[in-house]
Amino acid sequence: MMNIGLDHFLFLGAILFTIGVLGIFLNKKNVIIILMSIELILLSVNINFISFSAYLGDLSGQIFAMFTLTVAAAEAAIGLAILVVFFRNLGSIEVQKINKLKG
Amino acid sequence: MIIYSISFYLFSLVAILSALMVISSKNPVHSVLFLILSFVNASGIFVLLGAEFLAMILIIVYVGAVAVLFLFVVMMLDINFVKLREGLLQYLPFGVLLGIVLIAELGILYLTKSFSEMSLVNYLDFPKITSTENTKLLGSILYTKYFFLFQLSGLILLVAMIGSITLTLRQRSKAKKQVISNQNFLDAKQAIIKKKTQLGKGI
Repeated sequence: MMNIGLDHFLFLGAILFTIGVLGIFLNKKNVIIILMSIELILLSVNINFISFSAYLGDLSGQIFAMFTLTVAAAEAAIGLAILVVFFRNLGSIEVQKINKLKG
Repeated sequence: MIIYSISFYLFSLVAILSALMVISSKNPVHSVLFLILSFVNASGIFVLLGAEFLAMILIIVYVGAVAVLFLFVVMMLDINFVKLREGLLQYLPFGVLLGIVLIAELGILYLTKSFSEMSLVNYLDFPKITSTENTKLLGSILYTKYFFLFQLSGLILLVAMIGSITLTLRQRSKAKKQVISNQNFLDAKQAIIKKKTQLGKGI
């Protein structure tokens, strides 16, 4: 209990991942919450990467976590831009109406 | 050692609770603020793992940029959030069931002893604290071995920037603005008109 090992960090990552997936399921209509849940999932992946990198003594995991951070930032920017355009056109952000984006 | 354990449990508990609040709070502004809290605590976890540079980057990038972007969008769009929460309870049992299954599977995977024995590495009890600072080590790898990937991630950010600008840009036809080329093409024959006015009358 008091000795913090690798599995403690892995469990933290697993719990955060599950909360993220649960958030996608519960807020099926609200795209903003879904994007935030995706950020949580990416955070849990980063925790896994960094804990393995610390325990293996290999810095590649931290480098990969940095690239994940970059991609997550790009994804958030593009996703929110699409959301703004969608709201301008339809006046709502319900996921069910998103199939109207088809040309 | 005991401080290490206490801070691990503190950071992870607050991170998990605030992540739960992110997905369950009624007001999306509160969700964004809890997301910030969750990220700050995760960066504390990163510090415990010996990745100081990534912890600081997480705070700068997420709390400084991404969360503020979320906050902007939530506050800028006038959305009826009460309507969006309809049918929340409908998916709750299925979602909780799926969450339990997922966490049980991951837990079984991590608790299995053969998982750590099958892999060839020996896990240490405690993260290694190196004498050289983390940032220097990361830089020495990032700019040599992973240089092309580093450049590529810069390119990804450029593409994201151009994409989001072109998506949200719109031309307004009614807005009046200065067109310099039109002003330059104007000559005196079109701009100045001579007229004779008679006495006591206007034009």
